Amino acid sequence: MKRELLKYSIFAVCVLLAPLAFLDSYLLNVLVFVGIHTMLAVALNLLLGYAGQISLGHAAFFGLGAYLSGVLTTTYGWNPWFTMLVAAIVVGGLAFMIGFPILKLKGHYLAMATLGLGIIIFIVFNEWVEVTSGPSGFSGIPNLQLGQLIFDSDLKNYYLVWCFVLGCVLLSVNLANSRIGRALRAIHDAEVAARVVGVNARLLKVQIFALSAMISAIAGSLYAHVMTFIAPPSFGFNISVELLTMVVIGGLGSIYGSFLGALLLTLLPEFLRFMHDYDIVFYGGLLMVMTIFMPGGLVQGIPDLFRKLVGLRKGKGDSHA
Amino acid sequence: MELGTQLLQYLLSGLSTGAIYALIGIGFSIIYNATGIINFAQGEFVMLGGMLTLFLLSVLQLPLWIAIPLAVLLAALVGLLFERLAIRPLRKASPISLVIITIGGAILIRGLAMLIWGKDTHSLPSFTGDEPIMLAGATLLPQHLWIFGITVVLIGLNKWFFSHTISGKAMRACSYNPRAAGLVGIDVRRMVLLSFVISAAMGALAGIIVAPLTMTAYDVGIMLGLKGFCAAIIGGMSSGLSTVIGGLVLGVLESLGAGLISSGYKDAIAFVILLLILFLRPQGLFGKPESERV
Amino acid sequence: MLTRIMTVLMLSATLLLSASFALAADTIKIGGLFSVTGPPAFLGEPERNTAKMVVDGINKSGGIKGQKLELIVYDTAGDATKAVQMATKLIRDDKVVAIIGPSTTGETMAVIPVVEKARIPLISCAAGSKITDPVKRYVFKTAQNDALAVERIYDYLKRQRQNRVALLTVSDGFGASGREQLKALAPRFGMQIVVDDTYGPKDTDMTSQLTKIRASQAQVLIVWGTNPGPAVIAKNARQLGLKLPLYMSHGVSSKKFIALAGDAAEGVRLPSGKVIVADALSKKDPQKASLLAFVKDYQNHYKQEGDHFGGHAWDAVMLLKAAIERGATTAESIRDGLENTRNFHGIGGTFTYSAGDHAGLNKEAFVMVEIKNRDWSLAK
Repeated sequence: MKRELLKYSIFAVCVLLAPLAFLDSYLLNVLVFVGIHTMLAVALNLLLGYAGQISLGHAAFFGLGAYLSGVLTTTYGWNPWFTMLVAAIVVGGLAFMIGFPILKLKGHYLAMATLGLGIIIFIVFNEWVEVTSGPSGFSGIPNLQLGQLIFDSDLKNYYLVWCFVLGCVLLSVNLANSRIGRALRAIHDAEVAARVVGVNARLLKVQIFALSAMISAIAGSLYAHVMTFIAPPSFGFNISVELLTMVVIGGLGSIYGSFLGALLLTLLPEFLRFMHDYDIVFYGGLLMVMTIFMPGGLVQGIPDLFRKLVGLRKGKGDSHA
Repeated sequence: MELGTQLLQYLLSGLSTGAIYALIGIGFSIIYNATGIINFAQGEFVMLGGMLTLFLLSVLQLPLWIAIPLAVLLAALVGLLFERLAIRPLRKASPISLVIITIGGAILIRGLAMLIWGKDTHSLPSFTGDEPIMLAGATLLPQHLWIFGITVVLIGLNKWFFSHTISGKAMRACSYNPRAAGLVGIDVRRMVLLSFVISAAMGALAGIIVAPLTMTAYDVGIMLGLKGFCAAIIGGMSSGLSTVIGGLVLGVLESLGAGLISSGYKDAIAFVILLLILFLRPQGLFGKPESERV
Repeated sequence: MLTRIMTVLMLSATLLLSASFALAADTIKIGGLFSVTGPPAFLGEPERNTAKMVVDGINKSGGIKGQKLELIVYDTAGDATKAVQMATKLIRDDKVVAIIGPSTTGETMAVIPVVEKARIPLISCAAGSKITDPVKRYVFKTAQNDALAVERIYDYLKRQRQNRVALLTVSDGFGASGREQLKALAPRFGMQIVVDDTYGPKDTDMTSQLTKIRASQAQVLIVWGTNPGPAVIAKNARQLGLKLPLYMSHGVSSKKFIALAGDAAEGVRLPSGKVIVADALSKKDPQKASLLAFVKDYQNHYKQEGDHFGGHAWDAVMLLKAAIERGATTAESIRDGLENTRNFHGIGGTFTYSAGDHAGLNKEAFVMVEIKNRDWSLAK
């Protein structure tokens, strides 16, 4: 437990100090989105890494949060903070209800069902023009405000978003190390065995699904207020896939890995710029190579690789001696 | 124009789209039954069929009847490579890793197609002219007849392959119980490879016969693949007739939905059906709870 | 366990540091945001190509008043989030004085708060009317408003004495904006919309919608979309033997559409920028010189026919050039310079910006063309 606390403190201090290095750079802006992606990846990781349930429709929950916040605050003049809460509860409730039938499914079927759900919600964003403004996007969403403080610059948004991220990480780390976390891992490894020892697997899975959807919805609300403009393509199937990639590349079941995955994938376009149109090929290739050679993600893969390299060198040294 | 003719037109349009969904759906089922994998790259084979034919026709100036089999062959080769390079190294991985690797493969294939052939949409010439055929007030194109004809032939071949050839029977054995199949001397790995080759070829053929009507581009595979999967789910992941019916039902419902209800929500119809079936009848619309999976 | 967190931190630091280096040079830096990949690639690619071509051309002939232009282009992949990030990068790290693009209305709307706050002029290549209505201080556009195209069609229909129209629009940003304008302007021209239907950008068969339209009282069908949808519709209409005259949007005014639809394209009429009929224009047309120069240049560079999407970027770079030539150097003075543009004869039309109009065109920017013998001709 102490170790967890130490890890968390190091992470928090780094997060809070990071802006000092990037004050005038556009990277501060990118880091705001890294924060939002981290929340989403952590949320998906709770479901995927801990409960072992895949979702290819998480972008829809993200989108629901964004649209609820956007529409209710802009069209109906609700208080943004209150709306954020309402959006989280509504989306969580929705996920809770859908969770019962959908989480009965396993593996590939679950993947397809969540994908279908995501596409249906995406179509509603696109077609319900009277409310969402449809494909042209919804603009004019206000920035969040706390007393006199208006979150309208990258620096302010950075701290806003990352406070939520830190809260979310803290929650997830605690959850992972609690009784619930152990029960979840039991479900992940052997659901039948977990049931036999008295874990209510079904309810637990549905609860985690709802929690994961709620965190995604909050990330969506933040996104809406940071961007002040939302449009359906930001919540489509490819975004769900991107989130999945973040979790897998970072490492299933590793909260900090999800952060790393979000950071890597959000920054990836920066490194791939020299590749011009080739980046989509690289992206697909990276996904395949990672799954084949680093199934545990970066957090396990890099230290393993390092150990192997060190081991090799030692091995060589020994043979020489 | 009275409602009857209108309905007939919806029905015909729906059936031709549905036939394509059926072919793609069967591709999904064949791989699923042999390996338990849902191949998210299935739609990319459909795209490859159309784009390869186009390439052979326009760049290499081959005649159509050579270009088509060659394109199917090349797509099958891609299927083979895909299995060898991506699926085989992961044989013991979790379903999640398998889902992700096929998604990665789909992105890679799509990206390569974009690099090689560009981002433009292209049209393929019809096999036999564009003169509409009248049918009780509704109209069809000769290409529609090709679609129906080729679908019927493929389904027949498929049936024959799985019930009358050694390889087909061996593949069925693998789908029932791979370990037992291995014990009686069936090379399970070869069967898995074969399943990828067959479904790549079927997907490619579907992509070729539909391209003269719908055009083709590097990114047509995503939506077609998803619809094909819906067809397979409705048919309970069988590689036989029920997936075909699944595809046709889906196509007709979409067409009726677009004509009578709302064209905007047409795509949603397919996915609502998908969810309902998964929730209520995971064994498919026609299957018995313990249905035979071929 | 601690090695893991160390890994995370070290990797993060490396990633961030290696991403943050920028070049410095003594040139006029302008930024370009185009969706070179993603669904709107058919817009972004010709736009980027054209922008590069024009900037190279200017630099080869000595730059502007001896100063070279430097064009920094980022791909937005049609994604609003990425567009915002890239706009921020152009402003903060590359320190550009003006930005050209983005390619789509959605991305432009997302970028507007960023440029307004940073006080950097933006010349959008997207068509949506809401980009410059209401007027934003730093935002201009070169793509013709959809409303102008709609006015052209309705005007034409009125002269043909046809007033019952069926609409079939694509459900993406382009189609949604067109549909809005088609519905809003109908009363003014005495048009009656008898069918209002849509199709999806990836749909492959539209016979259902067309069957419905065939059964209606409509006299003409207006299709609003970009390739390949309208080509599929033209083919489907031919299959069904639909007798209605077919009108399309400027979204398909490239040879690509004719190649896709083949014979089914015969007789289709659409409002278009003048670039596709440059040869057929009368010598007196003030745009003719610009149009011919652009078409020839693009053909030489890319062995392809230049289309009006590329034209939007041509206009944007040339408008900037003109503003800088008139003495503008800073972002603020370039903005003022742009606003003072009078009678600039570009590709998309003749631009005259003012404090109350940052779109700058009138409906003369469009001509009605008809497809005859697989080529464009001016409609009578």
